[in-house]
Amino acid sequence: MKAARYLACVVVLIVCGLSLAANWLAPAGYAKQFREVPDSPPSRAHLLGTDELGRDRFARTLYGTRISLLLAPAAALVSTALAALIGGIAGYLGGIWLKLARAFTDLFLSLPWLFLLITVRALLPLNVSPLVSVLITFLILGLLGWAASARVLSTSADALRSSDFVLQARASGLDGPRLFLIHVLPNLKPILYAQFWISIPVFILSEANLGILGLGVAEPLPSWGSLLRELEGLISFREEPWRLVPLLLLIVVMTSFQLLLSNEEVTA
Amino acid sequence: MIGRRKFFCVVFCFTFLAFAAVAQNSSQLRFCLRTEPKTFDPLLVDDESSLAIRYLTGGVLSRVDRHTQQLEPELAESWKVTSDGKQITFKLRHDVHFSDGTAFSADDVAFTMKRLMDPALHSPVGDEFRAAGNAVTTKVIAPDQVSVTFPGPIVGIDRIFDELVIVSAHSPKKEGAVLGPFVVAEYKAGSSVLLERNPYYWKKDSQGRRLPYLDSIHLDIQPNRDVEMLRFKRGELDLINVVDTDYFDRLASSSPQLVHDAGPSLDSDFLWFNQVAAAPIPEYKRAWFRSANFRRAVSEALNREDIGRIVYNGHAQPAVGPVSPANKFWFNSSLKPEPHNPQAALDRLKADGFHMQNGTLVDKSGNTVEFSIVTNAGSKPRERMGVLIQEDLGKIGMKVNLVTLDFPSLIDRISQKFNYEAALLGFHNVNLDPIDQMNIWMSSAENHAWNPQQKSPETAWEAEIDKLMRAQAETSDVKKRKQSFDRVQEIVYEQAPFIYLVNQNALSAVSTSVAGANPGILFPQTYWNAERLTLNGTATAKR
Repeated sequence: MKAARYLACVVVLIVCGLSLAANWLAPAGYAKQFREVPDSPPSRAHLLGTDELGRDRFARTLYGTRISLLLAPAAALVSTALAALIGGIAGYLGGIWLKLARAFTDLFLSLPWLFLLITVRALLPLNVSPLVSVLITFLILGLLGWAASARVLSTSADALRSSDFVLQARASGLDGPRLFLIHVLPNLKPILYAQFWISIPVFILSEANLGILGLGVAEPLPSWGSLLRELEGLISFREEPWRLVPLLLLIVVMTSFQLLLSNEEVTA
Repeated sequence: MIGRRKFFCVVFCFTFLAFAAVAQNSSQLRFCLRTEPKTFDPLLVDDESSLAIRYLTGGVLSRVDRHTQQLEPELAESWKVTSDGKQITFKLRHDVHFSDGTAFSADDVAFTMKRLMDPALHSPVGDEFRAAGNAVTTKVIAPDQVSVTFPGPIVGIDRIFDELVIVSAHSPKKEGAVLGPFVVAEYKAGSSVLLERNPYYWKKDSQGRRLPYLDSIHLDIQPNRDVEMLRFKRGELDLINVVDTDYFDRLASSSPQLVHDAGPSLDSDFLWFNQVAAAPIPEYKRAWFRSANFRRAVSEALNREDIGRIVYNGHAQPAVGPVSPANKFWFNSSLKPEPHNPQAALDRLKADGFHMQNGTLVDKSGNTVEFSIVTNAGSKPRERMGVLIQEDLGKIGMKVNLVTLDFPSLIDRISQKFNYEAALLGFHNVNLDPIDQMNIWMSSAENHAWNPQQKSPETAWEAEIDKLMRAQAETSDVKKRKQSFDRVQEIVYEQAPFIYLVNQNALSAVSTSVAGANPGILFPQTYWNAERLTLNGTATAKR
C-alpha cells in the first residue's frame, strides 16, 4: 500500500510538473489555430495531433491540466473551509444549532446541482475574460460544494463534544472558542484532510460535466472538461487513440488522488 | 392416420412459405422521426414529425416541386388568380377518391377551408390564409370547380395551398381519410408510426400503374442520432433525412455511395450586434454597434471560407445575405460574399476614429474594443464558429469573449432584457417566399433582432427596408416583388445588421437499396417523391 501511495505521489508530481512546464514544452500555446491542419493525427510538430480547429492538442492538454489541477484544489479548499465553519461549529455547539445546520445542509444537498450551476452561470456578467471566467466557475463550484463535507464534519464534531477528553477539558474550566480550537479542531483534522482530497476529483469531474454541456471554462482556455468534449461522437477508439489521452490522464490522476488517501481517511 | 398428419404438415409448410414469399415481396421503407408527432390532424401541424406524416399522407391542390421549386398542379388541374390577387379559382381533377373510397369534390375543399378558418381550431396553417383578414369565403361553383376569395390581396396566393391538406367533408373517418399516397395504419406512442399504401391514390406512372410503388413506410421514433446512424449502417433503416457534418464525413469515408450533399440549403448562421437604445450596455459600445462601418469591418475581418471548411468540413458555403443561393428565384445574384480582408476592415475602422494601440484596437475616446458574443451551449458548430471569429477579430485588435448560455437564458437576454452585446445564432428557413421574412425585416417586428419593436424606424435604411417589404407584400406582380426584395438584400449587405456567415449544405444519407431517390434542399429532402420510390429485392429480403 505504501508503494502504491508512493507511486501515486510520483504520478501527481510528474503531471503537475509537466503542466507547469507547458510554456516551454508547447511554446505554440493553447489558442493558436493551425487552420491548414485541423483534426490532424500526431506528428513531430503536433505530438497529439490537432483538434477540430487546428489547435495543438498536446499544448491544450498541458494547459488544461494546469488549470484543472490548480483550480480544483483551490475550490476544494474553499468548500472544506466552509464545511468546517458550518458543520464543525454547529456540531460543537450541538442542540438547536446542530439541528438547524443539518436541516440547512440537507436542503442544500437536495438542490439540483447542475441546474443551480447553469442558473448561476447564466446570471454572471458576460464580458469577462476567459481567465476570470474559469476562476468564477471554480469559485462557484467551491461555494456550492460544501454541504456533503459539512454533514460529515457536524456528525464528527457532535461525537467529539460528548467525548471524555472534551468533558474533562470542560471540567477543567475550558470553554467556548478556546476549547474548540485547542481540543475539537485538531481532532477534526484527519476528516478535514480527507474531505479536501475527496473534493478535488469531485470538482474536476463537475467542471468536466459543465464542459460537456458547453458551460464550463470559456474558450479558448482549455480544461479537462473541454478536452473531454472532444470524445463526443467518437465511435471507434482504434481510429484515433490519441484523442483518449485527456481521459486517460483524468483517470490516472483521479486514481492517484484516491491512492494518496490512507484507509482511515477514506473511511472518515 | 399418419398419412393425414403428413398431408396437413405439407399443407401447413406450403401455406407458411407462401406467406413468407408475400411478406418478402412487400416493400417497406424505414426511416426515423426524431420526435413524437404531436398531431395527425393535417390542419393542426406545427412540428417536423407531424409535417413528415402530413407530407406523406395528405393531398393538396397544388405543390411546390421540391426539385424545380416550381408550383405544380396536384388535386387541382389548373387555377386562375384574379388581377387584384384576392381570388383564386381551382379546376379540380375528376375520378379522385379518398383512402376510404369516398369521392373527392369541391365540397371537400369548401369544408376544409371552413374548418381551417374556424377561430376555435387555432390552426397554425390558417395563419397564412388570415394575412388579409378573417373574412375568407369559399364558393363551390361546380363539383369540380371552387373559388376562394380573400378580403385583401394575398401575396403568392397560389403557393399557400401547398400546405393545405384537403380533408373529407363526407367520410365517417374524417381526417383519417386521406388523398395522399399513404395512409396512417398504426401508431404506437413513443415507438413507431406505420403508413400503408393508399389503394385509391390518384397518381399513376407513365405505364398507367397506380402509385405509390411502396407497400408501406415504417417510421421509428428515435431522438438519438447515434442510434439512428448505427441502425442505418446495419441496413435496418433506408434513409436519414438530415445528417450532421461529422456523421456525414464518417459515413462518406466508409460508404461514399450512401451519402448525398445537395449543396447549400436555406439555413444560415449569422452574427449581430445589439443596437437597442434601452439596452443595458455602455453608450460608447452602442455607438460602435450602431456604426455601419464597424459592422462592415467585422464582416470583412471574418474568414467565411475557413468557417465553411473547418466548422462544417467543407459542407457549407460563404453566405451573402438573408436569401440563400439555393433559393433560385429570390436570391439576388448580383451580390457576392464579403471577401476576407483584414486590411480593408482596419481602413474602414480608421474612418470612424478607431486606431491600434499596442496591438489592441481602441476607439477615438481611447476605449479598448472588447465585447462578448453569446451563443447557445451545446451547439458544437456555433461554439467552433465563435472561436474562429474570436481569432479573426483578434487579428484586427478586437478582444472577443465567447459566452455559451443555456437556451432559455439566451432567449431571455436577446429578446426580453436585451442584456447582451453580440449574438451568434442561425435561421432554419422552410419557405422560399420573402413574405415569410416580414417578421424579421419590418422595424416594428419582434424578430427584428438587432433592434426590435421600433415605434418608427430609427434609421433611414430601416425605413427604406420597411417601405420595400410593404411594397413587395402589397402587390401580386412577381417582377415588382423581386425588384423590391433585391433592394432589401442590397441594403442588408451594405448595412450588415446581420453579418451572414455560411449557408450549410443539405446533407442526407440514402441506402443503395432505395431506387428513385433524388435528395434536394427543401423539406422533405430525401422522400419528397415518396410515391415513386422503390426498394430492391435484397433490402426487403433482409428484414
